[in-house]
Amino acid sequence: MANGVSDVGADAPAGGFVQLLTPDGERIDSVTTADGTTYSVDFTDEEYRSLYHDLVTVRRLDAEATALQRQGELGIWASLLGQEAAQVGSGRALRPQDMAFPTYREHGVLYTRGIDPIMPFGLFRGVDQGGWDANEHRFNGYTIVIGSQTLHATGYAMGVTMDGKTGTPDGEAVIAYFGDGATSQGEVNEAFVWAGVFNAPMVFFCQNNQYAISEPLERQTRIPLYRRAAGFGFPGVRIDGNDVLASYAVTRAALDNARNGQGPTLIEAYTYRMGAHTSSDDPTRYRIASEVESWKAKDPISRLRAFLTKQQLAGDDFFTAVDESAKKLALDLRERVLAMPDPQPVSMFDHAYPHGSPELDAQRAEFVEYHASFEGSDH
Amino acid sequence: MAETLTLGKALNHGLRRSLEENDKVVIMGEDVGKLGGVFRITDGLQKDFGEDRVIDTPLAEAGIVGTAVGLAIRGYRPVCEIQFDGFVFPAYNQIVAQVAKMFYRSKGNVRLPIVIRIPFGGGIGAVEHHSESPEAYFAHTPGLKVVTCSNPSDAYTMIQQAITSDDPVVFFEPKRRYWEKGEVELGADLSGADPLHAARVAREGADATLIAYGPMVRTALDAATAAAEDGRHLEVIDLRSLSPVDYETIYASVRKTGRAIVVHEAPGNIGLGAELAARISEQCFYSLEAPVLRVTGYDIPYPAARVEEEYLPDLDRVLDAVDRSFGW
Repeated sequence: MANGVSDVGADAPAGGFVQLLTPDGERIDSVTTADGTTYSVDFTDEEYRSLYHDLVTVRRLDAEATALQRQGELGIWASLLGQEAAQVGSGRALRPQDMAFPTYREHGVLYTRGIDPIMPFGLFRGVDQGGWDANEHRFNGYTIVIGSQTLHATGYAMGVTMDGKTGTPDGEAVIAYFGDGATSQGEVNEAFVWAGVFNAPMVFFCQNNQYAISEPLERQTRIPLYRRAAGFGFPGVRIDGNDVLASYAVTRAALDNARNGQGPTLIEAYTYRMGAHTSSDDPTRYRIASEVESWKAKDPISRLRAFLTKQQLAGDDFFTAVDESAKKLALDLRERVLAMPDPQPVSMFDHAYPHGSPELDAQRAEFVEYHASFEGSDH
Repeated sequence: MAETLTLGKALNHGLRRSLEENDKVVIMGEDVGKLGGVFRITDGLQKDFGEDRVIDTPLAEAGIVGTAVGLAIRGYRPVCEIQFDGFVFPAYNQIVAQVAKMFYRSKGNVRLPIVIRIPFGGGIGAVEHHSESPEAYFAHTPGLKVVTCSNPSDAYTMIQQAITSDDPVVFFEPKRRYWEKGEVELGADLSGADPLHAARVAREGADATLIAYGPMVRTALDAATAAAEDGRHLEVIDLRSLSPVDYETIYASVRKTGRAIVVHEAPGNIGLGAELAARISEQCFYSLEAPVLRVTGYDIPYPAARVEEEYLPDLDRVLDAVDRSFGW
């Protein structure tokens, strides 16, 4: 199913992928890939329901953010619509000590880390550039230049090894998120080289959402992305990126391999960006409606809902309650986004350098003096 | 204890002391381990500190700096070696878009105490990409600090100060001066040294101010010695820090002498000299007896080795500029 031997799922791309929950909500007990690895999940009923809760919540928050952008309250928004399973599954596979290096779209992963979902909104509203403490949240700053964070993750993972925090079940692991477009970046390929050479405890998690803004996957690669890993000397696994169970199972296994000292893994989460690249994009210019429709049938949330219903793990009361709780969170988020104050202009001079700079101090003083000169005037 | 050391060896001692004093300091780069670097600046360090402290990296400059960012987030203090000036550009994205901006982006939550060592400048008869002076690209970038040393004593102290600093520092090394010798106080307390970003008056004089840095400080000092024979007493300022620049030291000198000449190897167009000339004009206008002049490389790609002596500012070109300043 991974590594080119699967016939699982009529919806699988050529070469197959690891899928534990079909689009119709059928559970596949376990999947064994060509290299002999068996993937499965062992969730309690409550855990299944909790996964559903997370998927619905991150989608609802995302919808709220899209609305806020449309209403002029955010400068831009990068929607995760369609990629909830890839993000929630892999995010929940992280252990508390693990470190994540996101792009700018990993709002779902952020949520699973237990972080207040408002954290990245300063960036999208334009009141700051992110501004959080990577180490405190075990979640690095959003990185906008495509692929650059994969090297940061690799270096961080090298540091984990140097600190002696690998080789045990309670060791640390690192996950780097990136997209299909990023796989063309030299820096991402350098990260693969380094991670391999230094046996870095990390997982490269590629959400292949089929498009790099307008460019389809065929413009980035001749072979399936997960197969790139073989050339760098570590395993590559493709998963059904719309299957939260596969995302969890394969990421958890890869992270545990990493923390146990077995080096990196590349996971290609085969998914689809249901929305635009960002709120500034118009996908109708480069993809057809029928393609989007076909992916709607593979929706990550409806398949888990179908499973929960068929297995009688949840009923309408539960689904309604989840929707209500997500809505409440979204409205609270909206309220707090609207209340975000604009920064004081002079604060733009803050944090250019840890040790400051006399030149900058002088510029700041001039800035203050210049603006003070208008006080009391009509200007 | 004072020892006579080459500039290269002084850097080696400075790096060694940094490795000794803080086990979070790691050196990383191409050939820095067994070989000791192509200029032997890291000679013997891997042997004494191990392969985890002095890391031979894959041949990829973006990788060197990009993984240094991750190590720094993890709490390490990486010292990256870029083998030659002309090879820094694959790492340019990481330096300018990540290293320079992460402290700002994170509102001060993430510090990147990274030092990026780059041997720079010409005069060694090398092929293309081995003789460049790219300092202005980095000095232009907010969030980076940029320094360069001109003598063994500064090399020893400044590399340690750069490693101790929480600011990301691009550390340019005057490669053609690697073999020049000078007295170095090994083990001296750094608190007694000039601050990393202070300029220094390398020679006092009352008639004109020469402002130079890195490899050109020696050239400027030689020019001052020659000018003294003609009765002209030139003050020489070793800039040391290219970002931020210690302007007060410059202004004090120019207000005294009334004449300023900036010397650097990099092309003149939009170079450090242009900024210095602008600032001096703004701040010392009534003291100036002549416009600020520049003696620089020409605005061409670095030329072939057989003609580089004609490209590089030398004693005669500096003295010619001094004459022009006095002839104003």
